[in-house]
Amino acid sequence: MTVDTQSQVQVAAEAGAEDVLKRPSYGYWRDAWRRLLRNKVATIAGLYIVLITLAAIFAPIVTPYDRDAPDFGNTREGPTIEHPFGTDPLGRDVFTRVIFGGRVSLGVAFVGSLTSMLIGLTYGAIAGYLGGWVDDLMMRFVDLMYGFPTLLFIILMMLVIPPNSSPALIMVGLFIALGVVSWLGTARLVRGQFLSIREQDFVTAARALGAKPARLITRYLLPNSIGPIVVALTLSIPSLILTESTLSFIGLGVKAPIPSWGVMLSEGWRGMQSDPHLAIFPALAITITMLAFNFFGDGLRDALDPTMRGRD
Amino acid sequence: MSDNQTIMEVNNLKMYFPITRGVFKRTVGWTQAVDDVSFRIKKGETLGLVGESGCGKTTLGRAILQLHKPTAGTVKFEGEELTTLPRRDLRERTSRMQIIFQDPFSSLNPRMTVGAIVREPLVIHGVANGEERRRVVEELLERVGLNAQFANRFPHEFSGGQRQRIGIARALALNPTFIVADEPITSLDVSIQAQIVNLMEDLQDELGLTYLFITHDLSMVRHICDRVAVMYLGKIVELSGVEALYNNAMHPYTQSLLSAIPVPDPVVEETRQRIILEGDVPSPANPPAGCNFCTRCPKVMERCFHAEPELKELAPDHSVACFVAEESWQKASMQKEV
Repeated sequence: MTVDTQSQVQVAAEAGAEDVLKRPSYGYWRDAWRRLLRNKVATIAGLYIVLITLAAIFAPIVTPYDRDAPDFGNTREGPTIEHPFGTDPLGRDVFTRVIFGGRVSLGVAFVGSLTSMLIGLTYGAIAGYLGGWVDDLMMRFVDLMYGFPTLLFIILMMLVIPPNSSPALIMVGLFIALGVVSWLGTARLVRGQFLSIREQDFVTAARALGAKPARLITRYLLPNSIGPIVVALTLSIPSLILTESTLSFIGLGVKAPIPSWGVMLSEGWRGMQSDPHLAIFPALAITITMLAFNFFGDGLRDALDPTMRGRD
Repeated sequence: MSDNQTIMEVNNLKMYFPITRGVFKRTVGWTQAVDDVSFRIKKGETLGLVGESGCGKTTLGRAILQLHKPTAGTVKFEGEELTTLPRRDLRERTSRMQIIFQDPFSSLNPRMTVGAIVREPLVIHGVANGEERRRVVEELLERVGLNAQFANRFPHEFSGGQRQRIGIARALALNPTFIVADEPITSLDVSIQAQIVNLMEDLQDELGLTYLFITHDLSMVRHICDRVAVMYLGKIVELSGVEALYNNAMHPYTQSLLSAIPVPDPVVEETRQRIILEGDVPSPANPPAGCNFCTRCPKVMERCFHAEPELKELAPDHSVACFVAEESWQKASMQKEV
């Protein structure tokens, strides 16, 4: 797809010399993709996200060390060639643990934001599209949920899962807990967007042409509300990573020996003066990933907006 | 009553919007945006619909197209009743009647290319396909005076006049017979206004279109319309051929509207007598008991406060809803008999 698009752009550039009016025919998504690639920061951020995600998925291949096996001959080493991020007090490779920690942190972030997006988008779209008393009822429920303290809700949900159950089950519990509370904001956002766009003339025009609800939503309402939604999504990922860290810190998230960036940071923090590398590398992982998501989100928002074409 | 000369017949159309209050959305009143309106539009003519802001012009236009579900009344289009049609059949009919909007900046989907916007009606109604569709779109763009190569551009790359042309191309895509033009030139520059009006007139000649031309520009009405309906507070107060209206307006409201048109001759302009109305338009949620215009009418009589005048044909093809006009007409016809 990438190669295809680039060759078309080239064709366009050549044709542009003779005929300024002509531009190759792109659909909306093709055009957005092209604009995204033109944004260097967003492309690099996107590449980083893909890379770190792949590294987390294929962690055992990426690193030669075992995640949990102690090596008491090499404890608390600083960064070396063999251990680029150093080792921890048990002699485990910090780089390996950061990569494996990405599984939990990124997994929670992706799955959490995906569920929040799916539930929030559907819920908000229905409320915003239908309006009237349905909207009222649905939004009062959201208000009710909002009034409930998020952390308390997650803690209650996590307590349902027995503390000695398998790590996989705890992960699933985390996903559900985060997903269930994080869709509220998305639902409100989507609903607000839909309500305002629904009244615009171009939607009336589509209705006058006889467009069905499904078409109205997918071709008119959704593309025009995607900007704020994408931004909210990319901003929610860092906050989900942080929430996971918080939960793990108070002992409700993943448990040792499974690492997550939040767990590693909270453990490393205590030895900050003697072994700063134990806290710095997980902290860097969190920071860079959050930054990457923010940059990528900005780029995506601009790419999805045709009026941004040609601006940098 | 409908014959094959009539394309659109509207009878006793009412469009009320509920005013709700409180958590449970109790209906506490109704905004009577369009109140008991009846008129007919002949095939191939342009009916002007004039009136000040908020008088229900736009609502009337949209209720005719069934974009609002009318509260009461009937709308017959090409001999077929629309208000009782099920939604699915309605969609078929709507391909024959279209709308052009006032604001060319909000009437085009900013996320679609111009080609996609004009193609949209064809896609929705499954007309033509692939190459054929592309050709139809190019033809439409050229017909409204745009370069067909603009098809791959997005709406924000165009000026207001060009965007209005795109909106017209979209409205024409399904070969409609009837178009509601909802203030199509109001938001354009004066120089562009003429272009768009000329385009609409050319299209009418070529394609035999019928227009309902909603506007508040009275000089434009005289130029483009065959007949004019004057609206005040949800009702049609005068309906007549355009020349008859300008030469012999019978309703006091129409008279005051016409007196507000500037004359492009400084000598005449200086002596022009304006009829300035007192006060504001009453709220459509709480219209006056009698004639809707009684609170501001310079010729108001006792009777006007109690009874509502009906739209009566006082001269051939010239109807007025006004007791004052009725009385002076009766006097005139009695004198004739004597």
